[in-house]
Amino acid sequence: MNTEPEDIVIVPKRHYGRLIGAALVLVALGAIVQAFAVGQIEWPYVARFLTVPVILQALANTIIMAILAMILGLVLGVIFAVMRLSANPVLSSTALGYIWFFRAIPVLLQLLLWYNLALVFPTLGIPGLFAFKTVDVMTPFVAALLGLGIQQGAFTAEVVRAGLLSVDQGQYEAAQTLGMTRLQLLYRIIMPQAMRVIVPPVGNEFIGMVKLTSLASVVQFSELLYTAQSIYYANSRVIELLIVAAFWYLIVVTILSLIQGRIEAYYARGVAVSARR
Amino acid sequence: MNSIPSPTAIDADHLAGAPLVLARKVEKQFGTLKVLKGIDLAISTGEVLCIIGPSGSGKSTFLRCINQLERIDGGALFVSGERVGYHRVGNKLYELDDKAIARQRRSIGMVFQRFNLFPHLTALQNVIEGPVQVLKESKADARAHALSLLERVGLADKRDAYPSQLSGGQQQRVAIARSLAMRPELLLFDEPTSALDPELVAEVLRVMRGLAETGMTMVCVTHELGFARDVGHRVAFMDQGQIVEIGDPRSVLSDPKEVRTRAFISAVRH
Repeated sequence: MNTEPEDIVIVPKRHYGRLIGAALVLVALGAIVQAFAVGQIEWPYVARFLTVPVILQALANTIIMAILAMILGLVLGVIFAVMRLSANPVLSSTALGYIWFFRAIPVLLQLLLWYNLALVFPTLGIPGLFAFKTVDVMTPFVAALLGLGIQQGAFTAEVVRAGLLSVDQGQYEAAQTLGMTRLQLLYRIIMPQAMRVIVPPVGNEFIGMVKLTSLASVVQFSELLYTAQSIYYANSRVIELLIVAAFWYLIVVTILSLIQGRIEAYYARGVAVSARR
Repeated sequence: MNSIPSPTAIDADHLAGAPLVLARKVEKQFGTLKVLKGIDLAISTGEVLCIIGPSGSGKSTFLRCINQLERIDGGALFVSGERVGYHRVGNKLYELDDKAIARQRRSIGMVFQRFNLFPHLTALQNVIEGPVQVLKESKADARAHALSLLERVGLADKRDAYPSQLSGGQQQRVAIARSLAMRPELLLFDEPTSALDPELVAEVLRVMRGLAETGMTMVCVTHELGFARDVGHRVAFMDQGQIVEIGDPRSVLSDPKEVRTRAFISAVRH
């Protein structure tokens, strides 16, 4: 047997299984494209409705609702997370109750409850000072915002709590030793570190929120899906308009994913320096 | 070194002419466990006191009581002549609020065993954080002071490094610079070299020695008996929540009077 180095040739292993797998996937993808091309979809309608003013307005409503509901969810989440960690039993169990209640009830049901609040409380206000008729206050916009934001707060509270607990006790002590007050310490030292843990799941939840806004169609809020439905009730182009809506959700979620990556990189500074290399 | 005022003399919240730190029958317990059983101690300005003792003896707890990371349960503690943590009216002690406690802590620096640098801030940002946020110094002033402090601990070139990029010894030196930036009257060291690899201990001790030479008042809980002997003005040996023996480093470390001190020192040496 000849063992001289120059005579040895390495023959790479052939991955036949992978090649066959890839071929099958290509065939399947081709079949799907073919199906949509010959299927009963009037693509010109899709293109036409993609940018009509009502759809663009609905897109704006969807984005605005997602942002506002998420802000409400974050504010409530931080408040209830801090309450949950409080040493006072009333505060911590109230937070626990809030999280339990609003996580347990389906969002669709919560939206309907808010929208129909007038059936329980015909008027809202402080007796003797002011009062509103509930039907005037509880517009589709307000019902959607409350329904989506309040249930989001219950989920965000748990995320924020996990973030706060992830920061080492020594960080609190070092900041206290510098003479920081409770608020300074939370704002300057603890939150920036907790954010590293909080941002990835909140980013996911924000993306989820964009899609959850479609549930607001049940309370007649003019977001993407509701508007697409309104149009196809009139012109019967059901699939074309659903594709229009799906297209816009894809675009918004793609952009949000890119932004999320940027924010995560920002909060990972310092801690992840060695990990990034 | 200092005469400790009698209990009747410490009714007030302020003591004129008191030593920098004055502990009078300080007690602390966690649940049913008594960790400090009546500590009497006076530390004067410019003094370096080293506290040694076995783990669980209460030495770190006492240090943490001085800057209120722990609240004392009995006795009285004064720093710069001001009662720590409480406001006394008649026979009642009222717990101070968050703001008042934060104010009392400002003049006391602390260096931790695990450094506790802020990981999301660079070395320089760690050092200017306290002066800018708490003392409301201008960024430019704080930065100039911070750079001179980093220079002093030998880390001027590491100012833009994050803690995760520094060795343990470098992190601890940044932590010392961070506490110095607050211009403290008193520096507390809680086993500052215990978490370090052996070859990094010397660089931290060198910085501490330099500080002692400038007249900084220091209380060091440490296992470095050599440091205690060379740099300490006094050494206190604590065991089971009490100060068993205190005095000149040479006599406490080389010729201890108490059996427990002798047993501890020979155990540490071997």
